Amino acid sequence: MKENQIIIIEKHPRILRYTHWINVVFLSLMVWSGVLIYWANDAYYKIPDPVAETLSIQYKLAEGLSWHFFIMWAFIINGLVYLAFLFISGEWRELAFDRKIFKDTFFVILHDLHIKKEAPSQKGKFNAAQKIAYIGAILMAFGSLITGIAIYKPVTMGWITNLLGGYEAARFEHFVLMIGFIIFVIVHILQVMRAGWNNFRAMIAGYEIEKK
Amino acid sequence: MKLKKNNIDEKKLKKRLIISILSGVLFVIVVIVGFRAIKYGSRIEEAPTALRHSFEWNQKVWARISSSKHLSVNKPRPDKSKPPRVNGDIGLTSVADSKNYSVEVISGTKTFKLPIAAFHSTDKVDVSTDFRCIEGWSEEMSYAGMRFSDFMKFYDLGKKPDGTYYAYVGLETPDKEYYVSIDIESMIHPQTVLSYEMNGTPLSIENGAPLRLMIPVKYGIKNLKRIGKIFFSDIRPRDYWAERGYDWYSGL
Repeated sequence: MKENQIIIIEKHPRILRYTHWINVVFLSLMVWSGVLIYWANDAYYKIPDPVAETLSIQYKLAEGLSWHFFIMWAFIINGLVYLAFLFISGEWRELAFDRKIFKDTFFVILHDLHIKKEAPSQKGKFNAAQKIAYIGAILMAFGSLITGIAIYKPVTMGWITNLLGGYEAARFEHFVLMIGFIIFVIVHILQVMRAGWNNFRAMIAGYEIEKK
Repeated sequence: MKLKKNNIDEKKLKKRLIISILSGVLFVIVVIVGFRAIKYGSRIEEAPTALRHSFEWNQKVWARISSSKHLSVNKPRPDKSKPPRVNGDIGLTSVADSKNYSVEVISGTKTFKLPIAAFHSTDKVDVSTDFRCIEGWSEEMSYAGMRFSDFMKFYDLGKKPDGTYYAYVGLETPDKEYYVSIDIESMIHPQTVLSYEMNGTPLSIENGAPLRLMIPVKYGIKNLKRIGKIFFSDIRPRDYWAERGYDWYSGL
């Protein structure tokens, strides 16, 4: 090996990085506009008025609706590009799992909480807990789309609304999925911070430097 | 899956990282500028222009898919003692002449005033289904009255000399404080009713006595109370909430 040469691992392909960061923008806008809509009828959870005022989320139903039904298309298209790439490139194999996934996830969590020293062995770029989290995020996006259609068009797409237990139920499910995304994002950010720069840089520039 | 490994020159790697970070910064700038351009840029009827166009685009998609075959699902009839939820009183604050109440009807060259009794004279249609407010709440309500398509047939309304329908129906309260316009396809939907009864009792003033529109394929904002005028047009008549940044179509 020549001098000044570094061994790098090509971790995240370009399209995965692009769709990831584009999704950060669209998901944020969907949550923000969704909260503006939710606030017109805060049926499940109320924030005290002064807080809601500071967050500037009150009396913005028209704005929320207009953004939500605009960005939804961008969110869907970006998601489809991601899924298409996942399957065409074979990257989906990184998310493939077997029966051991739940057991391994349990041990990964124990390891991350410093209860257990050894982490379960890992073949690809993701451990079992990551796989569950990322597959979960894809399923939640799909669920948000379905529950969203159910409350967006409860007459035209009434069969979906009925399948989900009715209009009120679908609205609640849509809300729960939004909370799910927020929990996912918080855990995701904490884990990325814990994993450090080498890991995070892979999502920006694609490569990870192999440890010597 | 095996990850690809590469040997790379340290300087080249640094360049790659810098380019990636700069692209990221550029991306963030584009997002912020784009967001602000839409949010603070030009507006059509209070909605940012791009978002208004997106409303119209969504309308095109859904108007194609929906039809009068799609019915709002039937729900059990609410108890008579339960008054339907009231959410607004725009157009209802002035005193109405309930004794000599009449509805102005305009279709082409035809213009006439119908006394309220005229809406009671034909086959009474009775529907029980969800009433959905754009704010997010919904309530099971029943309503009875004259189906709008029956009203059109009975008085031969809504058709132009060439036999085709006018594209829009406009409705207004007598004081013209509240007004809506609705596409003709939604108006001829079988569950669209000019109603004088809700939850088995005559309409209350707050619910729009003596006659209101019930149209479950639209959000509540289109279900105009205390109808003073019904007219047909090919030019989209003004709409109270569309003027305030909401989706004109508001179809469900």
